Amino acid sequence: MSDVAIVGIGIHPFGRTEGVTGLQQGVHAAKDALGDAEIDWNDIQFAYGGSSAAGNADSMVAELGLTGIPFMNVANACATGGSALISAYTTIKSGQFDIGMAVGFDKHPRGAFNADPENVGLERWYGETGLMLTTQFFAMKIQRYMHDYGISSDTLALVAEKAFRNGSLNPNAWRREPVAKDFILNSMMVSDPLTKYMFCSPAEGAIALVLCRAEDAAKYTSKPVFLKAAAIRTRPFGSFEVFSPSLEIERGPSPTVAASEATFEMAGMTHADIDVAQLQDTESGAEIMHMSENGFCKDGDQEKLLHDGDTNIDGKLPVNTDGGCIANGEPVGASGLRQVYENVLQLRGRAGKRQVPGDPKAAYSHVYGAPGLSACTIITN
Amino acid sequence: MTNQKPIADHLFTWPSNSPKLIGSRDTETGRYFFPSKMSNQHEKVELSRRGKLYTWTVQRFLPKTPFIGGDNPETFEPYAIGYIVLPGEIMVESRLVGVDPKDLKIDMEMEVTVVPFVKNEEGEDLMIFAFKPVN
Repeated sequence: MSDVAIVGIGIHPFGRTEGVTGLQQGVHAAKDALGDAEIDWNDIQFAYGGSSAAGNADSMVAELGLTGIPFMNVANACATGGSALISAYTTIKSGQFDIGMAVGFDKHPRGAFNADPENVGLERWYGETGLMLTTQFFAMKIQRYMHDYGISSDTLALVAEKAFRNGSLNPNAWRREPVAKDFILNSMMVSDPLTKYMFCSPAEGAIALVLCRAEDAAKYTSKPVFLKAAAIRTRPFGSFEVFSPSLEIERGPSPTVAASEATFEMAGMTHADIDVAQLQDTESGAEIMHMSENGFCKDGDQEKLLHDGDTNIDGKLPVNTDGGCIANGEPVGASGLRQVYENVLQLRGRAGKRQVPGDPKAAYSHVYGAPGLSACTIITN
Repeated sequence: MTNQKPIADHLFTWPSNSPKLIGSRDTETGRYFFPSKMSNQHEKVELSRRGKLYTWTVQRFLPKTPFIGGDNPETFEPYAIGYIVLPGEIMVESRLVGVDPKDLKIDMEMEVTVVPFVKNEEGEDLMIFAFKPVN
């Protein structure tokens, strides 16, 4: 079986772009990735893509070219991009095709997401009575976590402060102004204990990646990175999950734990091998909990790690070096691929002002999506 | 007096002076479910009225559709929600009433109640379940 390389990366800047559809942003990212790999759309043998609110990815062929390739749409909420990537990885690994594309894009209206109960197998009253908001879930999960493991509101604010600081070093980020910790703490309470500046917002943006057989990588780039592992898992029994009218009393691990373990096993690597990580930070509590769910620290250690700056760009394990969802916003279909885009830049040593020092060699990414699934990847030089 | 009508028929015993949530129990595994599941393998059960608060938050902005509890951000009133552990049964998500959010504490004792939520087109009060602190 062939290993898989990432040889082209493309982006449409995140945030708000009036007058440009989500699909057009996807096309922009696809062309950017083709340019990065110095190939044409004609060279692409297959594609996977998805958005949650901006249309069918395969309709991009109208803009990119009617080459007749298989172009499959994927939909896995926040893990849509991760699912597209895993599908592309498997397709190359299987030997079916040599080179292909994974693309994710989105464009959401302003304000919190509104979910449809029937879409996820729930009854209408659950949404009608105001219990079906992702913001509530994130708030309640971190509320309990803070109680159990002694995490302070100050630490929540430190996560957001870091996100905006990193975003200010990223020309493609939506939020590019640093925001001070006290301002974050004192901003409007949205869902206790999370304030306005601790949450990401639904937004717009697109990412495309060109993947090929590892042995072909040198044809396209002098700096290939290799997708060593990619895994996706759905929720196990006892997981504290979004959109749950009830939950088991017996508490268990989240789907992230299983996805992360599978990813490390597939890569044959340990946490000590990872030089930079992108962990889903839909709000600052999520980044804190995902640090331990992905095995990078013990529950409760985050309080000290954040205060010591260990997850800063120059820290022991830099986390969300591009500003994460908090600074980039959340275009659902694109976020998982944005993390991999950032990791590729970091391993190429081309992340500019936010470059992780010391020549990073291995990078990790993690996304979590409703109603309870996680996707993780590891890439290396 | 205004007519009162449950928002859904199968969620709680009603009318009642001491309402209970209606769940179901899998007769093979013993697992509890709420709302109840309908199958030969499930029996309907009335859930415990009291439990402990597992976690909570406050909804401080007006939700979008399908929320039917108002559409005006100016008149919207924040509401608390949480999960309550019903011992030996299941943990249920619920609106929390009769308590100032600043007094909410994880592990506090809560009790189920039924309260008016919003009026329907016929002018009836749609009733929902909620949990309130045990005095």
